[in-house]
Amino acid sequence: MRYILCADFGSTYSKLTAVDLQTREILATSKAYTTIETHILDGYNNALAELEAKIGKLEYDRRLAASSAAGGLKMIAVGLVPSLTSNAAKMAASSAGAKLMATYSYELSGAEAAAIEAAKPDILLLSGGIDGGNKDVILHNAKVLAGLAHDMPVIVAGNKSAAEQARDTLEAGGKPVIVVENVMPRFGELNIMPAKSAIRDLFISRIVSAKGLDDAQAIMSAEIVPTPLAVFEACELLACKGELMAVDVGGATTDVYSMTDGTPTGANTIEKGLKEPFAKRSVEGDLGVRYSVPSLVGEAGLEALAANAGLDPAEVSGWLDAVCRDTSVVAERGTPGAAVDDELAASCVGISVARHAGRLESVYTVLGEMMIQTGKDLGGVQILIGTGGSVINSPGAENILRRALATAEDPFALLPRNPRLVIDTGNILTAMGLLSGINRDAALAIMSREFGL
Amino acid sequence: MANTTVVLGVIGADVHAVGNKIIDFAFANAGYNVINLGVMVSQEEFIEAALESDAKAILVSSLYGHGEIDCRGLRAKCDEAGLKDVRVYVGGNLVIGKVDTGMVVETFKNMGFDRVFPSNVPIETALREISEDLGHTIKS
Repeated sequence: MRYILCADFGSTYSKLTAVDLQTREILATSKAYTTIETHILDGYNNALAELEAKIGKLEYDRRLAASSAAGGLKMIAVGLVPSLTSNAAKMAASSAGAKLMATYSYELSGAEAAAIEAAKPDILLLSGGIDGGNKDVILHNAKVLAGLAHDMPVIVAGNKSAAEQARDTLEAGGKPVIVVENVMPRFGELNIMPAKSAIRDLFISRIVSAKGLDDAQAIMSAEIVPTPLAVFEACELLACKGELMAVDVGGATTDVYSMTDGTPTGANTIEKGLKEPFAKRSVEGDLGVRYSVPSLVGEAGLEALAANAGLDPAEVSGWLDAVCRDTSVVAERGTPGAAVDDELAASCVGISVARHAGRLESVYTVLGEMMIQTGKDLGGVQILIGTGGSVINSPGAENILRRALATAEDPFALLPRNPRLVIDTGNILTAMGLLSGINRDAALAIMSREFGL
Repeated sequence: MANTTVVLGVIGADVHAVGNKIIDFAFANAGYNVINLGVMVSQEEFIEAALESDAKAILVSSLYGHGEIDCRGLRAKCDEAGLKDVRVYVGGNLVIGKVDTGMVVETFKNMGFDRVFPSNVPIETALREISEDLGHTIKS
């Protein structure tokens, strides 16, 4: 086995990476524009032609592919208590590479059911109750979901004592159901791997076809996986180099990955709430530099964006209007538009990493001041990787990434303090995640060299 | 999982861990399914744990004298969260100073606690009385 072709079918671009396993090198990369209207393979073939122009025609021993086309893997998670089983379900879906559209808790209301119907998720993950715990809520929710006209597959990963009854209810409503182990079998204990595998299997068996990727799948030698799952696997592999984080700023979403156990780095700290997994991904559907500009500006504030970019608010909103009208516009270097785009990317990084990170709360006890930590302490993260077009194509990429770091203004946010900043200049994370599935050593060697680790 | 589930913990900014371990030990040995939230537990944490686990009772400990403030409103919040049938118990060193035990019990009962166990009550007594309330047969 020598030459490997890694493909990433995105919603706007198809990207290809040719790898030589013998020399453990990336031979060339290429990308071509794809649209929803054209055939999925048009972009692929154009990218392949570009690749062949660079390195000639090669016999590829394996063709691997990831996809985030047609909106990615859209999921909704449903649980009982927001900080417990809902959060566990959310983490299971995120770690499987899903684009989480919403998370619901308690008994679903009519309005929430209507929102789920309108969102048309590819898969719904239903949890609720620890094993032997509450049954009423998951059974109520199964009944509500069974009544929806949208026939999405449902993964039941809740209280084992209610799972089969929930399945029967859903199946009676015409929903395909897979029952797996509870995402929280015992109180406070996460068990997300069974749900994660079920999501992956469903993606392969049903979603690839539903997204019109059959023709792409036919020419691949392995099953197509969700793009964020490939990035997740690349990060997991690279975690042997030290505690690691990656931020992927996209047009519609921003993904954050952390590979660290997140235990307290400060003194007198007690951990509270759900213990989050070593390998965690979060996805922010409201943060992105193109499609999500309105929600991003709502969160970051126009004045703050303008102040950080060193521009007049009117000038900033002029550019923002332009990007909202046409999401494909690219700013020329040195123009105010480029400064605004850098600031948008930096805001995505700052807000998404702050949401991903844990927080401290100060409490005075009879023994003096104590800290309560919820979520992961990222203070000890050693490597911070930035990826996504708006980061890697900016001359100010490192400054964009620095927005993730801890500041004196908010000492209670458990953000990375002094990581090494790495830019995924060659945009290789997805390809390396795919490659790690067939040759971990080669993927690790290539990433180590490309990232200088 | 037919065991009776109880949620226990030390409320507020209280870090006294020893009594909490004793209660955990006693109830687990008596055949209960114990969810121990440890020290520095908020009212919300007690309620969330009881919701997910379908617990029959919440056992609140307080040893540092601020129990009255920390426990106020717990019963009402349980009712609000749909846990009307969940019993709430409190025990420990509930008030600072030389206050009459009867008065302390009265105060906490008025707050909606089903039973109140001042610090002089042996764990066996608390275990027996709670088990009677919950209809739980103590494993010997």
